[in-house]
Amino acid sequence: MSADLPLLELRNVSKVYGKGDATMHALAGIDLKIYPGEFVAVMGPSGSGKSTCMNILGCLDTPTAGQYLFQGIDVGALNRNQRALLRRHYLGFVFQGFNLLNRTSALENVELPLIYRGTATAERRLLARKALLAVGLADREQHTPGELSGGQQQRVAIARAIVTGPSLLLADEPTGNLDSARSIEIMELLTAFNRDQGITVVMVTHEPDMAAYAKRIVQFKDGLIAHDQPTGG
Amino acid sequence: MLINAFILALRELRRNVMRSILTMLGIIIGVSAVITLVTLGGGATQQVTQQIASLGSNLLMVSVGKRMGAGQSSGAPMFKIADADALSRELPELSLVAPTAAAPTTAIFGNENWSTNITGSTEAFFPVSNQQIALGRLFTASEARVGATVCVIGQTVATKLFGAQDPVGNRIRLNKLSCVVIGLLKPKGQSTMGSDQDDLIVVPLRTFQRRIAGNQDVSLIKVSVKDGFDTDQAKQRIEQTLRSRRHLASNEENNFNVLDMKEIAAMLSTTTQTLTGLLSAVGAVSLLVGGIGIMNIMLVSVTERTREIGIRLAIGALEREVLLQFLVEAVVLSSLGGIIGIVLALSASVLLASLLQVPFVFQGGIIVIAFLFSASVGVVFGYFPARKAARLDPIEALRHE
Ligand SMILES: Nc1ncnc2c1ncn2[C@@H]1O[C@H](COP(=O)(O)OP(=O)(O)OP(=O)(O)O)[C@@H](O)[C@H]1O
Ligand SMILES: [Mg+2]
Repeated sequence: MSADLPLLELRNVSKVYGKGDATMHALAGIDLKIYPGEFVAVMGPSGSGKSTCMNILGCLDTPTAGQYLFQGIDVGALNRNQRALLRRHYLGFVFQGFNLLNRTSALENVELPLIYRGTATAERRLLARKALLAVGLADREQHTPGELSGGQQQRVAIARAIVTGPSLLLADEPTGNLDSARSIEIMELLTAFNRDQGITVVMVTHEPDMAAYAKRIVQFKDGLIAHDQPTGG
Repeated sequence: MLINAFILALRELRRNVMRSILTMLGIIIGVSAVITLVTLGGGATQQVTQQIASLGSNLLMVSVGKRMGAGQSSGAPMFKIADADALSRELPELSLVAPTAAAPTTAIFGNENWSTNITGSTEAFFPVSNQQIALGRLFTASEARVGATVCVIGQTVATKLFGAQDPVGNRIRLNKLSCVVIGLLKPKGQSTMGSDQDDLIVVPLRTFQRRIAGNQDVSLIKVSVKDGFDTDQAKQRIEQTLRSRRHLASNEENNFNVLDMKEIAAMLSTTTQTLTGLLSAVGAVSLLVGGIGIMNIMLVSVTERTREIGIRLAIGALEREVLLQFLVEAVVLSSLGGIIGIVLALSASVLLASLLQVPFVFQGGIIVIAFLFSASVGVVFGYFPARKAARLDPIEALRHE
């Protein structure tokens, strides 16, 4: 596995917020390689830099220093539009707060990334329905987020993230707002997409139970990686 | 990409129907006000022009008295038939000269009577005033010369005295004069000043002078200038001729007045145009206010939808796609407002035109202009909020509550 080219690689990446006395090292120079098909759980105390790292991995933010290579491409050298295109074509996001469009049906939410890809309407419908079916919400396509439970909303968000068939799925505390039964459903979905479609998954979680679904756990502390080891299973 | 933006914009507007309508209100009012005013103004202008034209082309009205102040006419001597004869003899550029005199009268036929004016004139009166015969005939030059007891009546008089009956051949009584109706004039409708142009009885001038007025006075000479001659020059020549006939010294003012109907037409249509322009400016201001309303709502909408924008940017929307989405939303809003405004304006114009009794004249130009203007209001006032949305930082936007 390590013979392959890494899907993404952080080289001595740091992220600094603020100036002068208020300087805050959210990331203090981390190195990380993630290979295609991996399922990585990111753990660590609050404020240790997990979300900052995810934002950089998701090309939403750029490092203050160091290099981030996505499929060998230096993301730091890309402009805002190029990073948007990279997200559009290779990445899927699931956030803690679900982040669906309000007053918009589940189907339309799932279609959204396909609209930006310019997928034709008929195909868009088809793919979105397939994604909803995969997360077990085929019968809820016309429901708006307000008409769905928290777990269902998160499953719609997962459908939206995988509908484009991304190389990398980033999930920042996807089960943060859910009870343990709902959380297990979500984890099983992520595991299934990782296993069946080969989508690389990087997931932030505070719960060891959830981290146990991953194949590898990266432990953050004070903007640095404290431990990085495969899970027992 | 544009089609996508359009779909997204329409979806968004459909989700906020009430707010969309309220936002469009300013544009709707502005567009409909401007179009209604311009349409009604155009109708009024056309009406004035047509009515002036119906008075007769190249028409000059020579009346006794000074231009300003009716009271001064009392001192000035009246014209005589000889003055009219002199004009037609000495000025070859005049095609028709119709000396006229008028007096109020009550016309009686059987049990019916009708208060109106009786006009005495020559046979030239009819072509000069653009009056045409509908039934019977006009009086001839020889009837005019000898002062025959014949009359030609207008539609209003005919209706009042004869109802649906054919008036031609009947005798009517006008004060001491009894005369035979030989002709009925074609209806001409209301004049610019609102008077009924069909409420008239015309008899030969000599008959009028002998049997009604009892003097040789002529109060008004209607003159028409031949085609190809300048009415201004004709007016000056008439003034010269009349000044010498009335023995006015060079330092004396005219004690008569030559009025060119075209001047009145021009004056009236300038007045209507000025009014239309002024009122349209008010409408344009309301369009501007409508534009600011759109900007305001779009700014609110951008703030309200910060999270949504964050999601869109995170899943790979380009800056220009978000910009386009909000811009298209603003333009769709404003042009939809424009279209609704146009429809409202057309219905209001048709209704008001019939209420105000002006013709409805479809003004295609202003409709196109108003539509383009409302669409560009969307572009101009939507751009700033749209740019604000497009430039948001996705991370910040996603965190937004
Ligand atoms: N935009 C910002 N401006 C200033 N400081 C920031 C900003 N974003 C993050 N930080 C700081 O960087 C540090 C790391 O934040 P980060 O969000 O990565 O933590 P985290 O590990 O995700 O914590 P949690 O588990 O609570 O989500 C924190 O101390 C935070 O205050
Ligand atoms: Mg976090």
